[in-house]
Amino acid sequence: MRLVILDNYDLASEWAAKYICNCIVKFKPGQDRYFSLGLPTGSTPLGCYKKLIEYYKSGNLSFKYVKTFNMDEYVGLPRNHPESYHSYMWNNFFKHVDIDPNNAHILDGNAEDLQAECDAFEQKIKEAGGIDLFVGGIGPDGHIAFNEPGSSLVSRTRLKTLAMDTILANAKYFDGDLSKVPTMALTVGVGTVMDAREVMILITGAHKAFALYKAIEEGINHMWTVSAFQQHPRTIFVCDEDATLELKVKTVKYFKASCFLIMIELMHVQVHNV
Amino acid sequence: MRRGQRAAGAPVRQFTNCRILRGGTLLREDLWVRGGRILDPEKLFFEERRMADEQRDCGGCILAPGFIDVQMNGGFGVDFSKATKDVGSGIALVAQRILAHGVTSFCPTLVTSPPEIYHKVLPQIPVKSGGPHGAGVLGVHLEGPFISREKRGAHPEAYLRSFEDNAFHDVLATYGALDNVRIVTLAPELNRSHEVIQALTAQGICVSLGHSVADLGTAEVAVQNGATFITHLFNAMLPFHHRDPGIVGLLTSDQLPPGHCIFYGMIADGIHTNPAALRIAHRAHPQGLVLVTDAVPALGLGNGRHTLGQQEVEVNGLIACIAGTKTLCGSIAPMDVCIRHFLQATGCSVESALEAASLHPAQLLGLEKTKGSLDFGADADFVVLDDTLHVQATYISGELVWKAEEAGP
Repeated sequence: MRLVILDNYDLASEWAAKYICNCIVKFKPGQDRYFSLGLPTGSTPLGCYKKLIEYYKSGNLSFKYVKTFNMDEYVGLPRNHPESYHSYMWNNFFKHVDIDPNNAHILDGNAEDLQAECDAFEQKIKEAGGIDLFVGGIGPDGHIAFNEPGSSLVSRTRLKTLAMDTILANAKYFDGDLSKVPTMALTVGVGTVMDAREVMILITGAHKAFALYKAIEEGINHMWTVSAFQQHPRTIFVCDEDATLELKVKTVKYFKASCFLIMIELMHVQVHNV
Repeated sequence: MRRGQRAAGAPVRQFTNCRILRGGTLLREDLWVRGGRILDPEKLFFEERRMADEQRDCGGCILAPGFIDVQMNGGFGVDFSKATKDVGSGIALVAQRILAHGVTSFCPTLVTSPPEIYHKVLPQIPVKSGGPHGAGVLGVHLEGPFISREKRGAHPEAYLRSFEDNAFHDVLATYGALDNVRIVTLAPELNRSHEVIQALTAQGICVSLGHSVADLGTAEVAVQNGATFITHLFNAMLPFHHRDPGIVGLLTSDQLPPGHCIFYGMIADGIHTNPAALRIAHRAHPQGLVLVTDAVPALGLGNGRHTLGQQEVEVNGLIACIAGTKTLCGSIAPMDVCIRHFLQATGCSVESALEAASLHPAQLLGLEKTKGSLDFGADADFVVLDDTLHVQATYISGELVWKAEEAGP
C-alpha cells in the first residue's frame, strides 16, 4: 500500500488528478484500447474532478477513449433528481469533458429488475476487460461505495440497504428531511473493486481520520470494508494532513519518507503544462 | 405556430463559453438546441447517449431570451396604422430590422383609427413565427379607440368611440374579426367596460388599461374582470395622488385576484419617463414591469428631418420632435437601448433588466412555456449580448438571424 499525504484538500485533489491523468496518458488509449476508470461521488472527489476538467480544457487529457464505471446509485430516486448520482456525474464531470455517453456507465436505480441491473453492470466491466484504475472514497464508517459495515469483503454489485450513519450523513443533501433520503442503493461490491488492476482511495478531512486509522492500521474487518484493500497488490491512499490525525506518528513519518519514490515514478511521465 | 422539426435526428447544437439567463440568474452553462427548441443535455446524454453535432463558442457573452416588444406603432418609416397597399411588407420590414435590437417577437400596434382601417389592416397582419425573415408576430395590439377623450394624447379625437350602446358588439363592429388581435388597450371608466373586458378575456385577448382617467377603484374592478396590463404606466393616465393613486395604484393594490400579477408597460428611453418615476414603479412591483418601446415610424431613420405621412419629424439621437418645435412625437429608442437605460436608471441586476424585456412580456401573454425563457423545451429564440448589453447576434429557433458587423481590421 502507498499512502500519499498532502498538506491540504486542494493539493490532495491535484495530486490525485495528476495521477489519474498520468495513468491514462501512459496507457495511450485509442480506438481498440479503452482505459477503464472506476469513479466515486460525494464531496471528497469534487476537487479532483475540477482538476481533471482543467487538464481536459488545456488539451492535456482526453476522455474520448476512456470508459467509466461509477460505484453506486440510489434506488428509487428519479434520474434527473438533483441528488441522484447521475446528476452529480453530469454536473461535476461529464458535461465538461469529451467522454462518449455510451462509455459512461452508472447503475440504474430505477431498473425494473434491480439484481439483473447489477449483474449486467458486472458483465459490462468484464466486457471492458476489467477496470484499470478504480478511484474511490471512504465513508466515516469506513465503507467503500455503499458496502456498509458488515458487507462481505468478496461481495459483488448488488442492492444494499443503507446504514443509519449514511442516511444521517446524506440528510443534508435532502433539506435535512430524513424521510426524503433514499434508504437503498445499488453498489459495486468490495470484491468488484478488488478486481481492479489498481485502486486509489481519496480521504480528506478530520471526520474521516478514524476510518482511515481503522482501514490501514488495524486488521482486515468487514466492519471497516475499506480495510479489504490491505490485500490488494496495488493500492494508493491519497489524503490530506487532517485525515491522518488518528494515525500513529510512526506511520505518517514512514509514508511521508517513501513518498519520494512515488514522485520519481511520476516524473517519468511528465504531462506538458500540467 | 411552430413548425420546427422535433425529430430526434435533427442536429444538436451546443453553444459554449457563455453565461445563460435561466431561473432568474446568469449561469455559467452551455446552451443546447435541437429542432428549434432548447434541449436538456443531461437527458440527451443519459437517455439518447448522444453528444453535440456542432459546438459554437460564444466568446464569453451573455445569452438571454429573445426580447418581446408588445407595443410598437411602426418604425423605419412604416406606420402600422396606415392602410397601405401592402401592409404585409411594412410589417415584414420592421420585423426584419428589429432583429438587430434583439427583438425576436413583437405585437404590431394600431392607434385609434376608424373602423375601415381596422377592417382593412387587421386581416393583413396574421400571427406569424419568426425566422431569418424577421421577428415573429404574436398578434396585434389595438390601442384605442375605446379610450378617454381627455387622455387621448396623440390619438385622433375624431375616431374615439365608446361601447355603451352594445358593449362587445360595438367592439366587434369596430374592429371586425379579432383573430389576429392579442392585446386591446381601453379606458375602464367607459360605460359597460366590465362586459367588454370579460368578453375579450374570454376570447384569450389580453386587456390593458390605458389612455384613461380611471380612479383606483375603477381600475381594480377592471382587473377583477380580467384586465392584466397597464399601457405605458404614468403616460396618458391620472398622476399618482396619495388619496387616489389611480391606475398607478394597481402596482400595490390589495384588491387584485389572489395569485394574479398585474403587468405594466414602461418606456425606458430616458425621455418619456423620469428615471425617478421608473425607479418608484420598479421598486414597488418589479415582477410586473414590462419594457416596451412604443416606437413610432421615425425609429431607425437616423438623425435629421423625415417626412412621415402628414408630419414633418426631426430626429436627434433618441429624441423625435415635430419639426421646428420641441414637441415630442413618440419614442424612437430601440429595445436594447431601453434595456440599457433601464439597467442604469434603476440600478437593478442585469438579470432583472433582461427579464423585463423577455420573461415578463411572455408571462403577460401566457406564453412563458415557449417564449421569454431559456428553459428546456422553450423555443430557441435568444440574443447574444456583450457585458454592456449590446446585441452581438440574434437567434430564432436556434438559427442565426442577425449578427453585428465585426470591427474592421
